[in-house]
Amino acid sequence: MVANGNGDVHSHYAQFNTWLAEQSAESLAFKRAEADLIFHRVGITFAVYGDDQGTERLIPFDIIPRIIPAAEWRLLEAGLRQRVKALNLFIHDIYHQQNIIKAGVVPAEQIFCNAQYRPEMQGIDVVGDIYAHIAGIDIVRAGQGEFYVLEDNLRVPSGVSYMLENRKMMMRLFPDLFARNKVAPVAHYPDLLLENLRAVAPRGITDPTVVVMTPGMYNAAYFEHAFLAQQMGVELVEGKDLFVDDETVHMRTTRGPRRVDVIYRRVDDDFLDPLAFRPDSTLGVPGLLSVYRAGRVTLANAIGTGVADDKSVYPFVPDMIQFYLGEKPLLNNVPTWQCRKPQDLSHVLAHLPELVVKEVHGAGGYGMLVGPAATRAEIESFRERLIAHPDGYIAQPTLALSACPTFVESGIAPRHIDLRPFVLSGQDITMVPGGLTRVALRDGSLVVNSSQGGGTKDTWVLE
Amino acid sequence: MLSRTADHLYWMSRYTERAENTARMLDVNVQTALLPQSAASAELLWRGMLGISELQAPYDTRYGSLSPQQVLEFMVRDPANPSSICACLHAARENARAVRGTLTTEVWETINSTWLDLKKRLKDKTPERDPSQFFEWVKYRSHLSRGVTIGTMLKDEGFYFARLGTFLERADNTARILDVKYHGLAEQGVLDADSEEGIDHHMDFYHWAAILRSVSAFEVYRKVYSDVITPARVAELLILRADMPRSLLNCMNEVVSNLGHVRNNLSGETERRAGLLQADLHYARIDDILQRGLHTYLTDFLGRVNEIGNRISRDFLVPLAAA
Repeated sequence: MVANGNGDVHSHYAQFNTWLAEQSAESLAFKRAEADLIFHRVGITFAVYGDDQGTERLIPFDIIPRIIPAAEWRLLEAGLRQRVKALNLFIHDIYHQQNIIKAGVVPAEQIFCNAQYRPEMQGIDVVGDIYAHIAGIDIVRAGQGEFYVLEDNLRVPSGVSYMLENRKMMMRLFPDLFARNKVAPVAHYPDLLLENLRAVAPRGITDPTVVVMTPGMYNAAYFEHAFLAQQMGVELVEGKDLFVDDETVHMRTTRGPRRVDVIYRRVDDDFLDPLAFRPDSTLGVPGLLSVYRAGRVTLANAIGTGVADDKSVYPFVPDMIQFYLGEKPLLNNVPTWQCRKPQDLSHVLAHLPELVVKEVHGAGGYGMLVGPAATRAEIESFRERLIAHPDGYIAQPTLALSACPTFVESGIAPRHIDLRPFVLSGQDITMVPGGLTRVALRDGSLVVNSSQGGGTKDTWVLE
Repeated sequence: MLSRTADHLYWMSRYTERAENTARMLDVNVQTALLPQSAASAELLWRGMLGISELQAPYDTRYGSLSPQQVLEFMVRDPANPSSICACLHAARENARAVRGTLTTEVWETINSTWLDLKKRLKDKTPERDPSQFFEWVKYRSHLSRGVTIGTMLKDEGFYFARLGTFLERADNTARILDVKYHGLAEQGVLDADSEEGIDHHMDFYHWAAILRSVSAFEVYRKVYSDVITPARVAELLILRADMPRSLLNCMNEVVSNLGHVRNNLSGETERRAGLLQADLHYARIDDILQRGLHTYLTDFLGRVNEIGNRISRDFLVPLAAA
């Protein structure tokens, strides 16, 4: 039975519930085992760092979909458009006039003291003024069902391949479900992505060569890099496949050098060009930055987008929307205490057991304190770290996250979920309905990251 | 096509082919070992196995003494031995994984399943419990990889590089099998003739039949010659018959034709050398080869194949930086 916390069945789950009731336990167990087997064979795995066996693990996949009614999705979509549009305007502004700083909306030190601010980008024009071509915005529902943005991922957000593979898996396992329900399709995402990347080619290039750049097969997200390159029909390159000559990026092919115009790079800024950033990087291309600055190659996402998705900048996003668009934000921000502010810090220190405290530069669910789930000792050790480095932390209230029925060892039980829609910005802003739903498989856990034992579900936007 | 991609495809098929040939040689050894024979000839059998892949020295360092179980372990599951079945199938899979986007889903899933299954089989000790069944499985998986490549991949450069890898590796492996087995047997013939027990003349038949079986040529031999098995004909079949899929000539025919498909402005000399080797095989006579000495002939052949392999790497796969 699919029900919310109060025991009521959400009406948009009614159809699915009827179906679920008709399925025998054996048949469901069989389908779940089949899904596991297929994911292994297809190699939809992620590498686990620090494991010398090179173990590849599956991200647990739950066969109960997360369902979003179309009307709710329309609201979300409008909010996402608005937010990503403002974020792109913000990044452009930061690397040009910096009006938002001059207007006193965002404090200068939040930008210039931020390790993600790239002075190399100052005054550089990028095609269409688009910086975050691919954004993964993490959304949760809480309280009475309103949506909150948890995080804006504007550097190299991943997970879209799981969104696509999960759908493929569900259609393979339960074709009858799709005959009964009008589930909005997502399989055209790679087409949208390619169109988006082609649209931001350097000026004057009518038939651009697009490539996907990966750190290599030992990267945790390698499967996704290979998958997207294949789905778009473009080359998957590593840094060593590229070189710069005559102010142009080329790739080494069996027929000699070939010019590259658009690089969908899944390599962090720091590793892109050893001449400009980390000199020890073997993942990058020497000289890439100078070609980029000359406008002769497009990088997606642009260099320096991290300045807008940092947790210390997050609290200012609603103000950005007001400032650039003159609109009221459609999506909520989670109220955030910035520990660098003395009165915020004292509030946080006084309420640690109720709050979630995050590292400003942390990611992947590491380095955070979930107050209600923490032991007294953990809280005390975090308190010391907070007092020592208040700049490094923000705190948020623990949200009563929505839950979705999920297969667990004891049967079907509610587990907390979030949603990462992928928003593409090029000539227009486009996205496929839904996104990647991640689920915290441990009872009561709020951490959905795959590195921390989270799983995924198919996400249905239902007409 | 990216040079690195071509390189991975080429090595993916080379390693798959190598795993298959290792399995073939081991299978024949395991079966031959069942025949009544002296301890000396049994030892020769397993030494020959190591000699084929030039692995005598690393084996001795590792194990010291020679035993069939240890040779099997070394050639099946030792990850440090680059010719072991485990190492080859792992390398094939890692190369495939590096370019999985270039492969069809079927090719990738076949190669990936082979590796996942292998891990299970090694854990279950299948190679020790039922070696022949295990070697059959390796051969079968190699047939499947090759078949799914031919049956599903677009015939573009990637396909031709994969095929180049298959046939260069096969040319090398067939020549090695023939070289080592042929000489092993010749020595053993002398050995056995001198030994006190003497040896049944029919034993020869089993050894030559074993060589043929190791390259799936036993039935072919019967069909082609309809006659008793003689060393000269075995050599002819495996070197000069263009219609024999694992013969040196057939391998070179395939190498030349696949090279032609990927031609670039550096590869002229490589094509010339491959063509020359093909022509030499095409016009050769087995009597001349045997007169000159099979070992000398095969050593020369291996050197030339190896040189073609190096030139392919240089022309296509690992080109120098910016021209």
